[in-house]
Amino acid sequence: MPHQLLLNARIGFFLAIRHIRRASLWTTGLIVFVMVLTFLNLVVVSGILVGLIQGSIDQVRTEFTGDIIISAPDDKKYIENSPNLISLVGGMPEVRAISPRYSAGATLEANYKTRKETDKPDTAGAQVFGIDPARENAVTGLAALVGDGAYLSPDDYDQIIIGQFLLSQYVPVDDPNFAALDNVTVGSKIRITVGKVTREVTVKGIIKSKTDALTRNVFMVDSQFRSMIGRNDGNVAQIAVLLADGMNAVAVREKLELYGASAFAKLQTFEEALPKFLEDIVNTFNMLGSAFSSIGLVVASITIFIVIFINAITRRKYIGIMKGIGIDGGAIQFSYAFQSIFYAVVGSAIGLLVVYGFLVPFIAAHPIDFPFSDGILVAPWGETMFRIALLVFSTVVAGFIPARMIVRKNTLDSILGRN
Amino acid sequence: MIETKNLTKSFWDGGTETKVLKNINLFVKEKEFVAIMGRSGAGKSTLLYQISLLDEPTEGEIIIRGAETRGMAQKEKTLFRLTQCGYVFQDYALLPDLTARENVALPLLMQGLPRKEAYAKAEDALGRVRLAHRAGNLPSALSGGEQQRVSIARAIAHRPALLFADEPTANLDNESSEAIMDIFSELHKSGQTIIMVTHEEEYARRAERVVTIDDGKIISSIPRA
Repeated sequence: MPHQLLLNARIGFFLAIRHIRRASLWTTGLIVFVMVLTFLNLVVVSGILVGLIQGSIDQVRTEFTGDIIISAPDDKKYIENSPNLISLVGGMPEVRAISPRYSAGATLEANYKTRKETDKPDTAGAQVFGIDPARENAVTGLAALVGDGAYLSPDDYDQIIIGQFLLSQYVPVDDPNFAALDNVTVGSKIRITVGKVTREVTVKGIIKSKTDALTRNVFMVDSQFRSMIGRNDGNVAQIAVLLADGMNAVAVREKLELYGASAFAKLQTFEEALPKFLEDIVNTFNMLGSAFSSIGLVVASITIFIVIFINAITRRKYIGIMKGIGIDGGAIQFSYAFQSIFYAVVGSAIGLLVVYGFLVPFIAAHPIDFPFSDGILVAPWGETMFRIALLVFSTVVAGFIPARMIVRKNTLDSILGRN
Repeated sequence: MIETKNLTKSFWDGGTETKVLKNINLFVKEKEFVAIMGRSGAGKSTLLYQISLLDEPTEGEIIIRGAETRGMAQKEKTLFRLTQCGYVFQDYALLPDLTARENVALPLLMQGLPRKEAYAKAEDALGRVRLAHRAGNLPSALSGGEQQRVSIARAIAHRPALLFADEPTANLDNESSEAIMDIFSELHKSGQTIIMVTHEEEYARRAERVVTIDDGKIISSIPRA
């Protein structure tokens, strides 16, 4: 029996190769094209959906948290012993740059000079970060995100850069849940109140980004901010850490834990710091993508079924002749299964080239401009290989079934074209 | 070699039975060349399909080389046709995607021969029908006569015990038909058992015996003088 199976496979392969080689190039091209589209549907639809969120996650990493974010424990406002920790982390060979940040919640107020007593104050809540402009820029490239005005200089006095969504002219919808300041542009003066301390500052620049942590917050020079919050001990609220190329964030976080840093700070890789809802969205989008892809898979299977069925029906006479001269029906079924494999594999191979040779690098270089993120195409190799296996399997089944239907017909009826 | 006992074949159209073969008793000896003749619709092709195991009779027995074929499973019949029989069809029945060599080699490959050996035997068979020089051509590049010669080469390449031919000259001109019949005569001389259906008396005369069928019955079985 295994010998017969192998023999049938061998004859099936022999017939399939010759059929494909001598088939119409247009027909073969069209079937392969359908397979390419199916492959793209399988990989790209879910890849883009996941990429919407992944783009957002990547932006948070590159523009705010870095590879590792060290923050104050949940029950504290600052990291104790920060100067030593900063010196430890900054000296690690795996670390390229760090940005210590002071932070506090604040109320911003604009238009207070022109406001009548009966008017509602023009205020908005925000988190204010005190940063070393050069170190922050080394980790997050914040200077490049200042769309209007200019970035902070170390000697700036009472100057801030402010996230665009704290300014009403940049907020796309009028949402009462998100208060924004009216008529504030570069050069405008606003008041910042942290605790009981209020200071008038000038807007030096406006941050334009799709990362919430930037667009709803305010940054000022750390020395200025320290005086507002009354911190002279050098204890910061968080430290963003950018690792050198190729370094593993988990390994570095574990190394820091070994040094005892976790005793007075919360150590998280950027992935660990992500809010759970983002993970849930990724999973949901993955599921949605799979659902859309399944429809594509069914369409491709039906296409192959029809193609092979028509092929087998029109070649019914030859199938009858083959059976008549003693070719095993199994060998004929194998030949159609091999043809289906050929279409699926060639379609997938071209699809792979399109996805990894063009779409992934192109979309990475020119992200899709969504309101909340720069969407990329996420196509992990493992998942893509699984989808190819799925496509090949369903195509083989779709090719095998009609071939079996025709092969099982009476031999003489097939030869004579009788129904 | 082949013996039929009370072979009957009926077709049903709705509730109406049409008996195409009626109690056929035929015996073909080993190495015999038998021509089956008859007018159109007499049942000669139907008889050939029954004794070549391409079809299942309604009643009666077919004994080939001492083996009763009635209880054979389809797989067994397929294997029997592969190893014991060769077929030449009226319309050549070559596979259009395969070259002449590949068409001839296909049954040999199915028998498990390595490709090199199968191709060598195929080329030998093509040589016997004087078509070795066309081995690499697709059927579409061959004339009708050449295609039929390839069909014969395919039928004899594995040296079957029985060669069945269904009107092998029906679609050919006189010259090609003569060439085909010459090949059959040579094969017969070399000891090949041949059963050929034809409606052309001139070619039937090349056989050792002419069996004539009319209305599903054998009406004569005359050895060649």
